[in-house]
Amino acid sequence: MFTRSLVAALLIAAPAMAAESPHFGQPITDADIAAWAIDIAPDGRGLPAGRGTAVQGEAIYVEKCAVCHGFDGVGTPADALAGGQGTLGTAKAIKTVGSFWPYAPIIFDYTRRAMPLNNPQTLTNDEVYALTAYILKLNGLVGAKEVMNAKSLPRVKMPNRDGFTPIYPGNLK
Amino acid sequence: MSQRKQPGTDLEPVAGNGLLHRRLFLRGGAMVGVLGAAGMAHADPLTVPEWATKPGKRPLPYTQPSPFEDKVQRMLPDQNPLYEPGAASGRTPHQYLEGMVTPNGLHFEVTHNGVPDIDPARHLLVIHGLVNRPLKFDVNALLRYPMTSRFHFIECAGNSASLYGSTAVKGSIQQLHGLVSGAEWTGVPLSTLLDEVGVDPKAKWLLAEGGDASGVTRSIPLAKAMDDVMIALYQNGERIRPNNGYPMRLLVPGFQGNVNIKWLRRIRLTDAPMHTRYETSRYSLLLADGKAAQFKLQLDAKSMITRPSPGYQMQGPGFYEISGLAWSGNGTVKHVEVSADGGKSWALAALAGPVLPKMLTRFRAPWKWDGGPAVLQSRVTDDTGYVQPTRDAILAARGNKANYHFNGITTWQVATGGEVSHVYA
Repeated sequence: MFTRSLVAALLIAAPAMAAESPHFGQPITDADIAAWAIDIAPDGRGLPAGRGTAVQGEAIYVEKCAVCHGFDGVGTPADALAGGQGTLGTAKAIKTVGSFWPYAPIIFDYTRRAMPLNNPQTLTNDEVYALTAYILKLNGLVGAKEVMNAKSLPRVKMPNRDGFTPIYPGNLK
Repeated sequence: MSQRKQPGTDLEPVAGNGLLHRRLFLRGGAMVGVLGAAGMAHADPLTVPEWATKPGKRPLPYTQPSPFEDKVQRMLPDQNPLYEPGAASGRTPHQYLEGMVTPNGLHFEVTHNGVPDIDPARHLLVIHGLVNRPLKFDVNALLRYPMTSRFHFIECAGNSASLYGSTAVKGSIQQLHGLVSGAEWTGVPLSTLLDEVGVDPKAKWLLAEGGDASGVTRSIPLAKAMDDVMIALYQNGERIRPNNGYPMRLLVPGFQGNVNIKWLRRIRLTDAPMHTRYETSRYSLLLADGKAAQFKLQLDAKSMITRPSPGYQMQGPGFYEISGLAWSGNGTVKHVEVSADGGKSWALAALAGPVLPKMLTRFRAPWKWDGGPAVLQSRVTDDTGYVQPTRDAILAARGNKANYHFNGITTWQVATGGEVSHVYA
């Protein structure tokens, strides 16, 4: 008897308790979120309209990126962007976009949100597509005049696409 | 009736090279007196210092440490070997600290493009994606929610990375292990806000994003978010400081530091992880065969002796208290062992309570140094049964390219002259 009434009380109480949450959140529409919703999924979901080629990207790269990443993406002081393919299993592993990054759309995501360091989130989508194309071209993954856009970029298969093993929630040895 | 040892027998070493029973402390100070220098008294009359003969200064609105403690500073990026544009860090000076809570001004930080000056009146947290009702929360609204307070450590996944290297860096504990700190965090359980937006059953992960100029994004399993993740607003009683995420950060207990997104502005509920730059190119572990272990999110158990540690000068043979910190991202510290002979023999350390899950635990062990060479190590076991591995075991399992999550046993060598330095066992 006691148990049944307790269960009944809990069934009644549970929704009531949830309703006691303050609910101070204000509705917001997807349109109003747009300027912040800049994340791109590894399959390319979220890629915006726009286009660019490596030829266009090289000019932007020389002006805005080479000071940290070096000409041709050789790196120093910031990360190398090109080279290193085939080195990951060796004693001198070189991690670059070309040798290590598993998904091409994430190049767009990271470049747009975080680069260049002195002015992030100021590149146009066309500029980001062009820079992405240039980085891919430096790694021999696209041609100089190949157009990168929301359709073509997810189709670029990165050499290290299958190089990651998810651990969570397990443990390392 | 318990088999208590007679006083005096506790002064017999319980492990090699002078380690004494941890119970020594529980008996009070008398035993320590036995070990202390009881030399002949000589004439040294006390004088009255000037601070006792005139009024002191007026109170300050926000106080600072004594000027005599000005060596207690964070270590900044130009003292770090791996400086790169954008990335910066401040490392906690554990060699000078005690207890389990890191003062706010000394809490470590890693930033990826500077510390932003965020106006809380213009900051928002947006939760959207696979939810029934996308919502925005301003800071004042969040401050009105029912709060929770918990003690947790945060550790950068890159803490101790130099120990993967072939040469033992002759640095301080601050340089080697300074990217971990512990604090009391107060804020709103994320589960409260997720209930409010209504999570779509298809959602399995969420993406959290910072609002600074680096815009770090990390994927977090929804189950973790519903368990113990917090929107933290206060750190050790005061609002979180700008370098640690003002006006709000995500607190993801036990997970690698980078996941604890600072300056949190947005959470998107997703059906899968997003494989962002910071969970692929960074904070994954490149193993010997060239494959990378990804989403190794929880930090495994680890410990370190903070005193004596490199830079500490022993002051002659006699009694010392070995003091250190232990923690586990998977649970609670169960026990800590200390060795003075490089791991040949071990003595249980005393744990200074409270011993809390996913928080730094202070351990202490009495030691009678004979003035000769000694090799100090500590080894933690957590309540999952996990035992902190040796450096050799880590290198054998992961290789030397993993860079992150180094949690092996650290070794301090005490030389005959009393100099303490970092070595590999």
